[in-house]
Amino acid sequence: MKSIKHILVLASIIILAASCSEDDPIVVNEEELITTVTVTLTPQGGGDIITLKSIDLDGDGPNEPEISVSGNLSANTIYSGVTAVLNETENPAENITEEVKEEGVDHQFFYAFKNSLASTSYSDTDENGDPIGIEFKLTTTSAGSEVLTVTLIHEPNKNGDNVVEGDSTNANGETDAEVSFPFTIQ
Amino acid sequence: MIKLLCKSVLAICITTSSLAQNCQISFKGKITDFHDSTPIIGASLKIENSNKYAVTDFNGLFEFKNLCKGKITIEIEHISCETKKITVNLNENTFKEITLEHHIEDLKEVIVTSSHNVTSKTVQTTNIDHNTIEQYSGKNLGDILKNVAGVSSINTGNSIVKPVINGLHSSRIIVMTNGVRLQDQEWGIEHAPNIDINNADNITVVKGANSLEFGGDAIGGVIVLEPAKYVLKDSVFGKTILGLQSNGRGGNLHSSITKTTKKGWFLNAKTTLKRFGDFNTPNYTLTNTGLDSKAFSFQTGLKEFEQGFTVDYSFVNNNIGILRASHIGNLDDLVSAINNKEPLIIEDFSYDINEPKQEINHHIFKVDYYKRFQDLGKLDIQYDFQKNQRYEYDIRVGDDKDKAAIDLDLTTHSINSTFDFNNNLDQTYKVGIKGVYQNNFANPLTGVRRLIPDYDKIDAGIFALGNFVLNEKTTVNIGLRYDYNYINAKKFYLKSRWEERGYDEKFGNLITGDYRTQWLVNPIFSFHNVSTSAGIVYQFNDKNAVLFNYGLSNRAPNASELFSDGLHHSASRIELGDLDLQQEVSNRISSTYNFQSNNSTISAEVFFNKIHNFIYLEPTGTEQTIRGAFPVWEYKATNANLFGFDVTWQQKISDAFVYSNKSSLTFGNDAKNNKSLIDIPAPSFKNSLEYRNKKWHQLGVRLESELILKQNNYPDNNFTVYLPQQDTYALVDISSTPPNYHLLHIHTDAVFHLSKKTDVQISASIKNLLNTNYRDYLNRLRYYADDLGRNYNLQLKINY
Repeated sequence: MKSIKHILVLASIIILAASCSEDDPIVVNEEELITTVTVTLTPQGGGDIITLKSIDLDGDGPNEPEISVSGNLSANTIYSGVTAVLNETENPAENITEEVKEEGVDHQFFYAFKNSLASTSYSDTDENGDPIGIEFKLTTTSAGSEVLTVTLIHEPNKNGDNVVEGDSTNANGETDAEVSFPFTIQ
Repeated sequence: MIKLLCKSVLAICITTSSLAQNCQISFKGKITDFHDSTPIIGASLKIENSNKYAVTDFNGLFEFKNLCKGKITIEIEHISCETKKITVNLNENTFKEITLEHHIEDLKEVIVTSSHNVTSKTVQTTNIDHNTIEQYSGKNLGDILKNVAGVSSINTGNSIVKPVINGLHSSRIIVMTNGVRLQDQEWGIEHAPNIDINNADNITVVKGANSLEFGGDAIGGVIVLEPAKYVLKDSVFGKTILGLQSNGRGGNLHSSITKTTKKGWFLNAKTTLKRFGDFNTPNYTLTNTGLDSKAFSFQTGLKEFEQGFTVDYSFVNNNIGILRASHIGNLDDLVSAINNKEPLIIEDFSYDINEPKQEINHHIFKVDYYKRFQDLGKLDIQYDFQKNQRYEYDIRVGDDKDKAAIDLDLTTHSINSTFDFNNNLDQTYKVGIKGVYQNNFANPLTGVRRLIPDYDKIDAGIFALGNFVLNEKTTVNIGLRYDYNYINAKKFYLKSRWEERGYDEKFGNLITGDYRTQWLVNPIFSFHNVSTSAGIVYQFNDKNAVLFNYGLSNRAPNASELFSDGLHHSASRIELGDLDLQQEVSNRISSTYNFQSNNSTISAEVFFNKIHNFIYLEPTGTEQTIRGAFPVWEYKATNANLFGFDVTWQQKISDAFVYSNKSSLTFGNDAKNNKSLIDIPAPSFKNSLEYRNKKWHQLGVRLESELILKQNNYPDNNFTVYLPQQDTYALVDISSTPPNYHLLHIHTDAVFHLSKKTDVQISASIKNLLNTNYRDYLNRLRYYADDLGRNYNLQLKINY
């Protein structure tokens, strides 16, 4: 019975020693998290720069993204567009667009319009000469209300039908970010 | 290999007069049983280096006459006993009482970990013997257990297979391997038991919580894997199994070697390797489903009758690829995956295991010691240490590309002691205590918010069991157990989630730190669990027996059920735990009818399990994030009723043909919401016909049919979601169950003796003979791809 005692004493020492670690764990802020998608549209003929912005600071948390559009677009206008993706839970904010650019072959932005009152064409290319979509041209036609959905797809199949033209139907891959911006063309 | 330990010696009493004249001493004695001091009749005694013999009479008495002064050594033998030698110094007439180690439990063999054999007759148990285990050498625990009626599996692909007993799985099942309760993060559906089944010689499935010795929380049941039992003799033996499979284009290799000595020392080492590439369905490759598994174990110890010990170490390393197409982004991808008949990514066959994948290391170190006390029973003391490291790799970008998304390190120390009062076999008692300390460390370097937090956990348990043989026909078993569970976690919650769950009001006092977007909280919970079991078996005659049992068991919620919060990347869903969850309370009654004759064996089982606070994970809706919408799965509690029937029937048709049937039906009902429970196994019917020719190399041919019906009882958790890319609303059908399927398998084996000590068994089988396309309800990847197509297996086993 002596051995039981010894073992019990030993066990309680182990338990006490192990449970005395009172250090707080290290906080994890998601690194690849995209909190913010910003689309900046500069009219080619001059005029107001329009900014479309979606922020979701709690990432995968329950809060819905906050979406803002700085103003109305003009009909029959060509805009130079630049899309940026950021992680604003980091301080300073992490610019994920850089990573997307570096791994351009594995990423592509898609721009889809609900009511076909506008269209986009890509202005940049990856190593293979396929579009990435960070830079693009947006052309509006007639006036009306419109919804632009910006999707960033990771590992798209850029050889899929119409994918390089900006149609995500055959792109497969995984969605890294997806935001819809309602706006008005006047 | 197995033979009786003790030789039977004919009871011939020879007394001869000594030549020496001063040799007048008489040596008398009595031989009794070590346990209950009853006299041992017919034991033979021989004085070494002489021709003097004696045999005990009906009172266990013996006598040697005309012995000389000095030292004599007497060898004592008795059937079913270990031969014992004693040395006596004779100066005068002497009387000595000698105990012999005579015990029914150890009649045939000496059991290495005899404290863990599942002996109670009053519970629903099924055994899987080593022949079946060898056939499944290249497979998983979950695969082999499907040979038991009422046991199915919940899968993530074909390499992650978790056993389901009567509809219950994960934390509701205890897996005991070599006397150690496996602690390997069993909470998740994609966390399969990390066990090399080749280490087991016998697997016992206990349905329900009636084996309180192992724990009070096994609402589903207990799976006990026991190592081989060694015979006390000087011997070296081993075996090697080599298996090859066409599906996955890989194989498995298992080798073991054992050395035993007459004195009880033993030493054994085992190793198993498995390597497979991408598996395939009848029509396409399942890209990234390869497997690389390594296992090693080492065991040594001393096994004597009165005392013994074992030192044991085992290690398992699993690298498992997860179907590439099952990794999806958001709901758009899920919808297109479900609507597509084939997986969205199909590549050429490869042995590469890329992300998404899991890597798991599991170490078990164990020491145990036992001692038998005369007239009392047996004491067992055991300490075990387990370390479970789990890495889940996801498809990631940039600098994090090769970083694990989940990196958990679970360390468990357990100490337990039991005492088995077994001197009176009609009335045995067993008592035990157990203490467990567990630490979980979630590595923050993953850069992904922890799904399971850091925690310390302490469990303490105490139990008492009694087994009473009332008469030749009736045995009664009762048990009582108390467990205390304490969990102290440190967990980060997104502030938004903390509020959305309403925790700010209920658990505001738990907050210990403010980290901008997150709270650090320190939940400390303790649970008191009382479990009881009672069983009775009544043997009408040598053919018919019936047993009834009742079990009350409690299970405290696990870390996953309490604390999960966030996007589970590998499952592409947001999983939310609930700090409010209370322990599950299960009341289970069951009954079995057994019939056994020369030609038939029938076992018909029925059970009803009423579980209060049954915790389950179910989709509840969607949440919009910047990545798009994700389904939200919440842990919820309800009151559940499970019931079912399991039938096992074996019928000898002739000397060569045996027919067998295993059928099971399980129903699960959510009594609170009046709907079906999720993930209840579909009705299953397995029939087989086996031909065996004992005269010609024991040739066997077996044709098996496996029919799984569509599960019609499932909850409707479908929801609609807006797909911005297509600008449409789509129904996400995550509830519908796959249709019926029927598979045919064929298996054949034969044994060839190469030499006296070496024999070779060759077996060949074809699984899914007709190359049938099917999907199984309990495979989490059923949304994305079909199950396995035809698989040719060839296996070679050499015993030496």
